Amino acid sequence: MLADKDRIFTNLYGLHSPGLAEARKRGAWDGTKFLLDMGRDWITDEMKKSGLRGRGGAGFPTGLKWSFMPKKSDGRPSYLVINADESEPGTCKDREILRHDPHLLIEGAMLACCGMGAHAAYLYVRGEFIAEREALQAAVDEAYAANLIGPNNIHGYPFDFYVHHGAGAYICGEETALLESLEGKKGMPRLKPPFPANMGLYGCPTTVNNVESIAVAGTILRRGGAWFAGIGTPNNTGTKLFCVSGHVNKPCNVEEAMGLTFRELIDRHCGGIRGGWDNLLAVIPGGSSVPLVPAADIIDCVMDFDTLRNMKSGLGTAAVIVMDKSTDVVRAIARLSYFYKHESCGQCTPCREGTGWMWRVITRMAEGRAQKREIDMLLDVTKQIEGHTICALGDAAAWPIQGLIRHFRGEIERRIDNYAANPHSDPVLMAAE
Amino acid sequence: MSVRRLAPAEIQPPSFAFSAENAVWAGHQIAKYPDGRQASAVIPLLWRAQKQAGGWVPQKAIEHVAEVLGMGYIRVLEIATFYTMFNLVPVGRHFVQLCGTTPCMLRGAQELRKQLVGRIGPEKTVSADGEFSWAEVECLGACCNAPMVQINDDFYEDLTPESLDKLLDDLAAGRPVKIGPQNGRVSSEPEGAVTTLTDSTLYDGSVVGAWRTRFEQEEKAKAEAAAAAAAAQAEAEAAKAQPATPATTRPEQKASDSPAKRVAEGLPPVPAAADHAASAATAPEQQERVRGGSEAPATDAGNTGDKPKG
Repeated sequence: MLADKDRIFTNLYGLHSPGLAEARKRGAWDGTKFLLDMGRDWITDEMKKSGLRGRGGAGFPTGLKWSFMPKKSDGRPSYLVINADESEPGTCKDREILRHDPHLLIEGAMLACCGMGAHAAYLYVRGEFIAEREALQAAVDEAYAANLIGPNNIHGYPFDFYVHHGAGAYICGEETALLESLEGKKGMPRLKPPFPANMGLYGCPTTVNNVESIAVAGTILRRGGAWFAGIGTPNNTGTKLFCVSGHVNKPCNVEEAMGLTFRELIDRHCGGIRGGWDNLLAVIPGGSSVPLVPAADIIDCVMDFDTLRNMKSGLGTAAVIVMDKSTDVVRAIARLSYFYKHESCGQCTPCREGTGWMWRVITRMAEGRAQKREIDMLLDVTKQIEGHTICALGDAAAWPIQGLIRHFRGEIERRIDNYAANPHSDPVLMAAE
Repeated sequence: MSVRRLAPAEIQPPSFAFSAENAVWAGHQIAKYPDGRQASAVIPLLWRAQKQAGGWVPQKAIEHVAEVLGMGYIRVLEIATFYTMFNLVPVGRHFVQLCGTTPCMLRGAQELRKQLVGRIGPEKTVSADGEFSWAEVECLGACCNAPMVQINDDFYEDLTPESLDKLLDDLAAGRPVKIGPQNGRVSSEPEGAVTTLTDSTLYDGSVVGAWRTRFEQEEKAKAEAAAAAAAAQAEAEAAKAQPATPATTRPEQKASDSPAKRVAEGLPPVPAAADHAASAATAPEQQERVRGGSEAPATDAGNTGDKPKG
């Protein structure tokens, strides 16, 4: 089990004050000038050595991403944009950082800016997080008042931090959609290339990072990339915030080492599965966008990027959604299909039309009101959507259904049989809208 | 996505302008963005306009924001209709947004939904007294505290049908309510007792500066490596000056101090001075590596010879 002294988010639960004085006692803003003075190359090297993979879901190495930023400015400023548009169903970790450990985030942003030659960071927080936004703004004001950040701060590295917010669009969590939204447009993803590192916010070089990736930077640089790389499994290093929701006895956020097993995670921190391990049906291990994994496969599975990808699922944001045997699994996935239908931005036809189509078909299947051949048709449609859209929302909409058909085809068929055998029974349950 | 239209003309107010306070606030928001990029402030301004107009965005507010920001009306209309937090029709004084996505659904959001239908009425309909309206929304990002609702600006989490009932009673009666989890949790910690972050040394200030020993050690190792490299270089140069060939000098060195001999004498095979940079200096073929490493200014001693590829 990860020792408390190796945890980065020491105020994860808000049991202590998020204010500057207390945050300093917990180690934030400690020797920031020393780290900044080590220079840009040292910062990116140390981040590369840590093996930190982006915490927003895709798992791209953070240090490598920073090193893509131009070394010499051509006159355009560089920007860091922090993605706090945390909307992936199951994910609620960034919220705790914003309201309970904001100084780690602001300090991390300053160090990250130094690592990529930027002097301004914009943080895009989802519109619904109003209290979190205010808490973060209060911390930013505190940092300005103490002259920790600002144009002439005590660290000698000019740096400004701005809090921006959205207004309820899941798609703005996609990095280029986020940039569009930040520029005051509809959040519709851009075609890549050009990549944001060349043409990002306002046409300037930009790096977009998740809140957690940025907030861990200060501690990694202080304690060393080697320390971080020593936790977890090879290529899946460090600590990670896991958000466990659904049918466990005690749903919670917890920071743990990557590479612990699902059983350890649940037994240690979440008080076990509701009704015991025999009652486990399936788990969505990485937020709604990854395919579910049935109980037998997940129980002793190691929770890291590579292992879960080999199981045709993914760690994503480490948002673990647990479903016990009382779950109507088809309806649970149908509800996710509704989510993607609702959140599609409407730019690409396969996604705009396909998400609605998939939702209508899967809703019928949840009732059993379908033909068995339609299962394969549905699977075929998910393949038509996957990979044929500008951003990954099309893929994300397709994968949960693919996972359902892969593992629970029998359940869908059983419902179709039941409905066919008994077509005049009570009307089936209401569609999940 | 869905089609979202403005409210019918008969309920649209005839005019809208920011209050003096909000106009000042809007100026501060615009100042956050580079010159000429004031359009970035459109979402914050529309949000403020929605607050001022009583929870929804009338057409005149959209036009006013467009004028303040120098944007086309259609651009701001696009924003108002694209982002679902902008209510285009009036809502109740307490606007309840029920999270209905899968994590909340697994924890009983459907029960809450029934309750809201029973208490307030059909979705997106303002109750007769204008106090309440409700809507089912997509994931609000408090999944560890499911099920939950957002009422106006605040999250109310860990709800049961009973606690939601009580919450709505209290709001209707104007009694103070507790924001956040309704079952005694502080935030998203495991209910009952926390399993982590119990080490009191994390909070007494003893972590401050503790990490610096790493850099001090590295500094020291670097200095030692540099000294060893310098000494080795001097030695090599001295050896070069002597007429002896390398083939004859090497066995002599080995005979004087070889790992096997040291083990036979009961010593550790590697000299105990044992900072690895120093021990590396004993093997002639490794001297080159140490010297090469010391020439690269930014590499620290712990990672000599492991220079980053990029």
